[in-house]
Amino acid sequence: MKQWVVLSGKGGTGKTTVAAALAHLASQERRLVMADADVDAANLELLLAPIIQEAHEFSGGMVAAIDASRCTGCGACRVACRFDAIVQDGDVCRVAAIACEGCAACSYVCPAGAVTMSDRPNGQWFRSETALGPLCHARLFAGQENSGKLVVQVKQCARLLATERGADLLLVDGPPGIGCPVIATMTGADLALLVVEPGVSGFHDLERILAATRHFRVPAVACLNKADISPAHTSEVEALCAAEGVPVVGHIPFDMVVTEAMVQRRPVTAYCQGPVSQALRALWHTLQGRPEGMEGQL
Amino acid sequence: MIVTVASGKGGTGKTLVATGLAAVVAESCAVVCLLDCDVEAPNAHLFLKPALTGCEEVSLPVPQVDLARCTFCGRCAEVCAFHALAVVGRQVLTFAELCHGCGSCARQCPEGAISEVPRRLGVVEWGWAGRVRLARGVLDVGQAMATPVIRRLKQRALEGVGGPALVLLDAPPGNACAVVETLRGSDFALLVTEPTPFGLHDLEIAVQVAREELGLPVGVVINRDGIGDGGVEGYCAHAGLPILLRIPFDRRIAAACAAGGLWVDAVPEYREGMRGLYRTLQETGGAAP
Repeated sequence: MKQWVVLSGKGGTGKTTVAAALAHLASQERRLVMADADVDAANLELLLAPIIQEAHEFSGGMVAAIDASRCTGCGACRVACRFDAIVQDGDVCRVAAIACEGCAACSYVCPAGAVTMSDRPNGQWFRSETALGPLCHARLFAGQENSGKLVVQVKQCARLLATERGADLLLVDGPPGIGCPVIATMTGADLALLVVEPGVSGFHDLERILAATRHFRVPAVACLNKADISPAHTSEVEALCAAEGVPVVGHIPFDMVVTEAMVQRRPVTAYCQGPVSQALRALWHTLQGRPEGMEGQL
Repeated sequence: MIVTVASGKGGTGKTLVATGLAAVVAESCAVVCLLDCDVEAPNAHLFLKPALTGCEEVSLPVPQVDLARCTFCGRCAEVCAFHALAVVGRQVLTFAELCHGCGSCARQCPEGAISEVPRRLGVVEWGWAGRVRLARGVLDVGQAMATPVIRRLKQRALEGVGGPALVLLDAPPGNACAVVETLRGSDFALLVTEPTPFGLHDLEIAVQVAREELGLPVGVVINRDGIGDGGVEGYCAHAGLPILLRIPFDRRIAAACAAGGLWVDAVPEYREGMRGLYRTLQETGGAAP
């Protein structure tokens, strides 16, 4: 079983559009399991109409609370807290839960024993069925921490399911950026498909996500989205990929049909057969083949 | 006035709005500060092209154990909520990448055997682009924790700047802790979205973070207006969210952004929209209209 993750560095370059299209094409030929690792802005489910089979609560950490009746207002907790999560509230101290990292430093320094730590519900994760195959996905509660741990949970669910079902492809739609949830997403991946929108931002963020895939030794290939908008910038991205030894495996043209398909809540390849879908089919076939220097093929 | 530009979904135009607003406001009044808090993928400098004049490392204090004083009692591992220390026989293992830098291990060690040493996470940098003070955080590749870099950026960026007319924070995408760290202390959350199902879904979560969790007044900018569907509009009406500006879908804006440099210079007819947005923010004094 191969694990492919779709990443980008910059947000909004078309990761979910590409992931949903690849899932649609893969499901016609392969046994597929999908995961949405963008847990704080999970959009893949909007295109796949999942039917939830299992829902689980997720708690990745703790949160402090101060018992006002025992608090003497001495402020020792506020001094110990390095996350500005304790506020003086009149005669007592209070925890600003949104800033609390759950380290419990306050609970160790409180002379009155007024601090209690409890599990903090961070989100939920789901095992679902879709027309294209099983999907593991999650919802991080608004503004919560531990998105990386929730990604690990989602991927673990997906991996077990893939083994159980004898799947030959686990396709993961990733989050933007290069930090904690992205690192959790790319861990264990056989291939990172980087979706790049040509332009100065896309170029700059491609450099950073490429450095990250190299750092974590995940083989990377790139796919250029809206590649026809600015041929000069497309050439620049291609030159960067060539210099980095990253195969460019697809060019997707700009087309409003991508938004229309999203509004209809369908993978674009299931919605129309125009140039965008042809490009995504070509991408799928390239990914299955063995382009030179590429690892992680099916 | 401190305004955070956030979105939930990536690529909706946060940096577009932040840089356009900063450039236009700086022409007509005093100093504007722009803090690029998208430390995983900071891009505002590509458009404002500042001369960076200062740089500082951001690090997290992580434990260093003096084995000569350690009695291997295990208290440090017991108090660490992040499993960044383990005592195995006569060895103390530290896992610095798991450490949040809370300091409990050093504080609670009965032998005073633990000191804290800095572990680098990234840098904060600052400089000027005309009258725009630009400061940005850059997370090192391979590092997981963006939040401490954002926290340090917010502490350092405004030092020595005097009273800026406007402080703009360009938030990272998503709706997790890094966005909360950016939004804390703001007077207003300007949420940039696109009128599509993805834009709507992520806007709803961003509203939860900014308005429900943090209690901030919120306004919406619809970018690429004219594409997609009416979902965002219906939601804003229903949820009582003012739509402060619509930026139409315009290939010239996309081309200007792809090329770098200021889009409000390349397509100047949108400057008035940016000025109007600033007037609205001023009139409401940061409170929702």
